[in-house]
Amino acid sequence: MYSERVMDHFNNPRNMGEVENYNAKGTVGNAKCGDIMQITMKIEDETIQDVKFKTFGCGAAVATSSIATEMVMGKPVEEALRLTNSAVVEALEGLPPVKIHCSVLAEEAIKAAIEDYRSRAPG
Amino acid sequence: MFVYCDNAATTPLCKQALEAMMPWLETGYGNASSIYKLAREAKRALEDARRTAADCLGVAAEELYFTSGGTESDNWALKGACELGGDARRHIVISAVEHHAVVNTAEYLQKKGYSLSEAPVNASGTVKPDALRSVLRPGTAIVSVISANNEIGTVQPIAELARTVKEFDKEILFHTDAVQAAGHIPLDVTPDVDMFSLSAHKFGGPKGFGALYIKSGVKLPPLLHGGGHERGRRSSTENVAGAAGLAAALEYMTGNREAFAEKAAALRDKLIGGILAAVPYCRVTGHRERRLPGTASFIFAAVEGESLVLQLDTMGVAGSSGSACASASLDPSHVLLAIGLPHEVAHGSLRLTVSHANTDKEMDHVIQSVKTAVERCRSMSPLWNAAESCPVEGFLRFYE
Repeated sequence: MYSERVMDHFNNPRNMGEVENYNAKGTVGNAKCGDIMQITMKIEDETIQDVKFKTFGCGAAVATSSIATEMVMGKPVEEALRLTNSAVVEALEGLPPVKIHCSVLAEEAIKAAIEDYRSRAPG
Repeated sequence: MFVYCDNAATTPLCKQALEAMMPWLETGYGNASSIYKLAREAKRALEDARRTAADCLGVAAEELYFTSGGTESDNWALKGACELGGDARRHIVISAVEHHAVVNTAEYLQKKGYSLSEAPVNASGTVKPDALRSVLRPGTAIVSVISANNEIGTVQPIAELARTVKEFDKEILFHTDAVQAAGHIPLDVTPDVDMFSLSAHKFGGPKGFGALYIKSGVKLPPLLHGGGHERGRRSSTENVAGAAGLAAALEYMTGNREAFAEKAAALRDKLIGGILAAVPYCRVTGHRERRLPGTASFIFAAVEGESLVLQLDTMGVAGSSGSACASASLDPSHVLLAIGLPHEVAHGSLRLTVSHANTDKEMDHVIQSVKTAVERCRSMSPLWNAAESCPVEGFLRFYE
């Protein structure tokens, strides 16, 4: 049911863990629904210097959060904010229809982390 | 190493079934309803298979109707019983731990105007007679209770439940989905049981073939109309190879039942003991004693079941989960919710179903694999070791 690309990200998750001294953290989803994604970032000069994820969820939830970190790593914050769930799905060479919500969570997790950074930033 | 631990999903075709089927796939291709010799031989094989299967089940051959499998048998029992009930009986009762073949058929009938009640289960997944009695009504058409649950393996007291129904109103039909039980444990075929469903591929027979037992005297109308096969009650050109395969597999399982059950139960208990000892924050679901010999089912805190199954797959272990991700909805298995697990805990389920064909050495590999897979999932999980809003907390609370 999953593409090779999804299985690759599931079996070899990229950027898994928590960024040390992060200054941005976003957590979305809830345990009741079976998906929680946590994204931590180190943002400097409006650029994402480092990003990591931790996910409680299905294979698609792990793969979407893994690939989302790859897609925003090293990118300016403004560009990362333009990440869409459909871009995540495309990068994974498709997801089963019932798993599309996982890509939405990945997009939301990236945005939640950046919002957290902005709320911390002085001024 | 590859270890198959998903025998509740399906079983490999046993040698006996394959050998019994081959003649009817090769040279014995005659239509069992035709009149020439080639056809008569096929007809004879079909009726021999029916007699063999009926003997194994302790019923009369005339009471056994061949179908395309468990799902068709369940559909036939419920839809037929409602039709038979007419205007006077428009109420259906099912247990809270039925297979989807029963749940979705009952819900379909509910949309058609029948009322539907669910008999609750206790924490072990058992339907108690009092709980069943409390949902019966004068206008109940059918009661359907699964013999042994497909997710947690709990075995129901079918004879007692059927008696409870008949004591309330002997006109109510009692059906049991015996798909997981048949061939593995003795069936409670008492006179109070009107119908039971079974499926060949759950006990070493072929996929796409099963049967419905309809007690003599129960005038269940047909589900399929056509050329009048199966004494006018289930039309469709007879699947002689399927029948031969079902009968051979059932005969093989029944003849070795005690030895196979003992072996499977020993492996299951090794698996349960080993996993409970190796993995923290883990519990067994279902009844500890009254369970299918091969079924080991667990929940793990802070782990999502589908991920766990995929991790195990990379280590050569085939198992399954009742997590939300195994279904189209966001809800975890209705069975796990029915036994009282909170949503966040029910997501972390794993079902490993072994058979007599598994080995002790394989169980060592499975235990080690489950330990590693759970550790990997937990290392990725933001819930593991997190103090706030954590399922580990909920998990502990649930079992206090």
